[in-house]
Amino acid sequence: MNTPLRRVSLAVMVLILLLLGQATWIQVVKADEYRADPRNARVLLDEYSRQRGQISAGGEVLAQSVQSPDPGDRLRYQRQYTDGPLYAPVTGYYSQIYGAGGMERAMDPVLNGTDDRLFVRRISDAVTGRDPAGGNVVLSIDPRVQRAAYEAMTSRGYQGSVVAIRPQTGEIVAMVSTPSYDPNPLASHSGTTQQNAWNELSEDDPPTLTNRATSETYPPGSTFKIVTTAAALEAGAISPEAPVTAAPRITLPDSTTTLENYDGKPCGPGATVPFATAFAKSCNGPFAQLGAQIGADRLRAMATSLGFENPGLTVPMPVQASRLGDMADGASTAQSSIGQRDVRLTPLQNAQITATVANGGIPMTPSTVAQIQGQDLSTVESTEPDRLARAFSQSTADTLTQLMIGSENNGSGQGRIPGVQIASKTGTAEWGANPKTNPPHTWYDAFGPVPNPQIAVSVIVERGGNRGEEATGGSVASPIGRAVIAAALGSGS
Amino acid sequence: MTRPTAPGARNGAPGASGIDRPADRTALRPAVAAAVSTRRGVELALLGFAAAITTGALVLVEANQEQELTWALLYLGAAYMAILALAHLAVRKFAPYADPLVLPLAALLNGIGLVMIHRIDLARIARAASLGNDEPAQEALRQVGWTAIGIVFFVGMLWLVPDHRTLARYGYTAGFVGLILLALPAVLPASLSEVNGARIWIRLGPASIQPGEFAKILFVVFFASFLVVKRDLFTSAGKHFLGMTFPRPRDLGPLLAAWGVAMAVLVFEGDLGTSLMFFGIVLVMLYVATERISWVIIGLTIFAGGAFAAWTFVSRVQIRVSVWLDPFADYNGRGFQVSQGLFGLATGGMGGTGLGAGRPELVPFSSTDFIFTSLGEEIGLVGIAALLVIYCVLATRAMRSALAVRDTFGKLLAAGLGFAIAWQVFVVVGGVINLIPNTGITAPFVSYGGSSLVANYALVALVLRVSNAARQPSTEKRPGAPAPGQQAPLAPLAEASTEMVSRDQVRTPPHGGVRQEAGAAQPGHPEQAPRGRTRGE
Repeated sequence: MNTPLRRVSLAVMVLILLLLGQATWIQVVKADEYRADPRNARVLLDEYSRQRGQISAGGEVLAQSVQSPDPGDRLRYQRQYTDGPLYAPVTGYYSQIYGAGGMERAMDPVLNGTDDRLFVRRISDAVTGRDPAGGNVVLSIDPRVQRAAYEAMTSRGYQGSVVAIRPQTGEIVAMVSTPSYDPNPLASHSGTTQQNAWNELSEDDPPTLTNRATSETYPPGSTFKIVTTAAALEAGAISPEAPVTAAPRITLPDSTTTLENYDGKPCGPGATVPFATAFAKSCNGPFAQLGAQIGADRLRAMATSLGFENPGLTVPMPVQASRLGDMADGASTAQSSIGQRDVRLTPLQNAQITATVANGGIPMTPSTVAQIQGQDLSTVESTEPDRLARAFSQSTADTLTQLMIGSENNGSGQGRIPGVQIASKTGTAEWGANPKTNPPHTWYDAFGPVPNPQIAVSVIVERGGNRGEEATGGSVASPIGRAVIAAALGSGS
Repeated sequence: MTRPTAPGARNGAPGASGIDRPADRTALRPAVAAAVSTRRGVELALLGFAAAITTGALVLVEANQEQELTWALLYLGAAYMAILALAHLAVRKFAPYADPLVLPLAALLNGIGLVMIHRIDLARIARAASLGNDEPAQEALRQVGWTAIGIVFFVGMLWLVPDHRTLARYGYTAGFVGLILLALPAVLPASLSEVNGARIWIRLGPASIQPGEFAKILFVVFFASFLVVKRDLFTSAGKHFLGMTFPRPRDLGPLLAAWGVAMAVLVFEGDLGTSLMFFGIVLVMLYVATERISWVIIGLTIFAGGAFAAWTFVSRVQIRVSVWLDPFADYNGRGFQVSQGLFGLATGGMGGTGLGAGRPELVPFSSTDFIFTSLGEEIGLVGIAALLVIYCVLATRAMRSALAVRDTFGKLLAAGLGFAIAWQVFVVVGGVINLIPNTGITAPFVSYGGSSLVANYALVALVLRVSNAARQPSTEKRPGAPAPGQQAPLAPLAEASTEMVSRDQVRTPPHGGVRQEAGAAQPGHPEQAPRGRTRGE
């Protein structure tokens, strides 16, 4: 009876092999599918069982995970946002159902502790393969500047965006998008609360979930004249004293289309005005001619070196690429030179242009993250200022600064800060299908104080704020920009 | 592991050449003759190894659960080791030549099970604390208690059964008691027997036992003794068909009876697992006894018929089968447990989440029937592969003892017990990893559950008893050993290639002492059974 005994032994081994085969099938072949199954609560519970790192700025905690107040809650930690709407464009949201947005998404590996930089060499972690605890993200946002910008916008009921950058470092100190939303309901552990909040927010008009600073592109209008002027100065095509046309309207090159000044008035009493005057008064004709004169290639090169046409930019949230459009002929180049036609940029891009002028022609990589910290608040990594290739010379930057001072001093001056010289450029951009009847977007690009710029800011107020068709960058957007600069300088930074 | 023998000679593997074997033996004879190692030292070292692995696993759980290493835990560990030491001493005293691998393997499985049960305790306690409920009783502490009781059974079995052949006398008694144990839950009122739809329990106050676990051993004993006596009946010539010899229809009675019992268990107790266990073991023992594959084919055929009938008429079976075919179809209902188990296994993946770092408690019955998904989640495929291999070695060690021991009853007993372990593992693990329909039985030594643990320690004691007989040098207690010259005189039986004992040998003195001990003319006595059938008879 030993033969059957051996056969039974063999059968036993076959049984065990079958089990091993099926275990391999489940744990290796089907593992990814089952692990990612939405009904498998393990991944989610795991994420919510570790304390997700906090997002802070200037000593204020903007987003943090606290023990869930409900003891029966299967998810141990509840995400909380302080001043949700104020910081929502930066922090984003963190939802079980709808995923994450903003910083919560961009810095997720750090916040949930899986980022390589957080690899803490604790023995138990190494031995057990347990995920390290979540790290913290410290933002470069200055709460005082952020609050000043947000309140300046919301107190007037404006819809738009403010971005403020420290010119020498590229640190973004304010990033506001209004109207905003509160990310707290989206982080609720109640599915119904999340769904209701999401459905409401998705239907908001004007939209609230979009971070206008990075995800919306607008025609820059006259603020783009900074780019055109920079390109022309670099090409040696213009100087502040050079006479330029003062005609109220010009005929575009290679076409019969005419282009008139904003108010349809001549730029000066004579046939020509100095270029500095045209810049200060933002007359369209001279810039259209200048753009056509230096050509699309030079314009494009300058815009690109300032950050246009870069679809890969992250701050670390992904930033919509700013575009120049085709500029196929002289007419379109001329129109593009005054920031119309197909030119579209993000408020962040516009702030970047301003900051580059303030920084003497050297653009810095913009970023909102100042530091990555371990769970114990020790610094793991600091963002170092990153110089990009020089966009234009120091002398061009100096000339632009003087031109922008002229523009600032020509304006209405509402909210001017005593003792602080600001250099600025306003813009009033026509948009949409009926550009003449739509209330225009109004812009204000500014930096200060000259000669030692601490802050560069770009403000856009969509649809002219409350001024309707009469809105201009000077009247609507500039008081907000000045308030932001005042807050930044008052903060002693 | 410096056994002085050639591996080929050990099992008398058919592949081993008959030419070199005698040469080997001659060469090794002096060493073997000098002293037969009891190999208790190996067992002790392996037990220490098992204890070390268990301790390491426990430390990992505590580290991952951020628990402080408490004195209570230390006592728990000390108790576990003391129990193992006791078992080891008992083996030294009562079965000194027993297989040195069997006890450490069981102890390691038991230890890993304890760690996992403790780990699930921690999760349950944390859950209760978060809900503000009272702290639940710790299953791990109870399981240590059950381990102690299991070892008492283990020692008692070794002590009270000095020779496994004595059990043959109690074959019918064992069968009768087994049948009663199996039937009892069905007869008892549901309040005393039904847990989660299966009537397989006997609840006595706070304790509840699953009699099926004990019935398993009793049936193996019964069938071993029954088959020894009635082998002629099963091997009497029937029709030749397809190259196989089929039994006469009238000889099918015992198999049909076993089938009937299995079906009754299924229908009246709703217990798929025990039913499957029972029938599988009977079939394999029948095959080993008769060497006829035709019995297996007949058995599988009527099993298929029974399974089809059960699937048609028993709703519980229909549910299990539909869950098996698609566990996610009724995710929130009947498929929940299996689905959760699969999620746990998949989340563990190849390497596991680490002991104490997963969420095995999400699976219902994570410490009993589904403990393998808990283990699969935390120690991964690598870990459960290791556990399955341990089971495989445990079962094949029993098989090896069956090969080595000379009496038919011992062979059938060890084979039945060894196969019972492997078959139970296949049925329960296959169920939870969805290889076969889930049946709801416990994983030997690993699952939480007193009956299972105690019964399996008793089972292991019997395996050790048989292996002791197989390895014991013939000079010590075997007056009937063949005279010198016939064969290497002092070669331990386990070293010898397994040989068929011919009828003649049985008639001449062989196990005279035992026979006297066994009393006269027991009808079920194995020695009277015809033995030594050769292949192809």
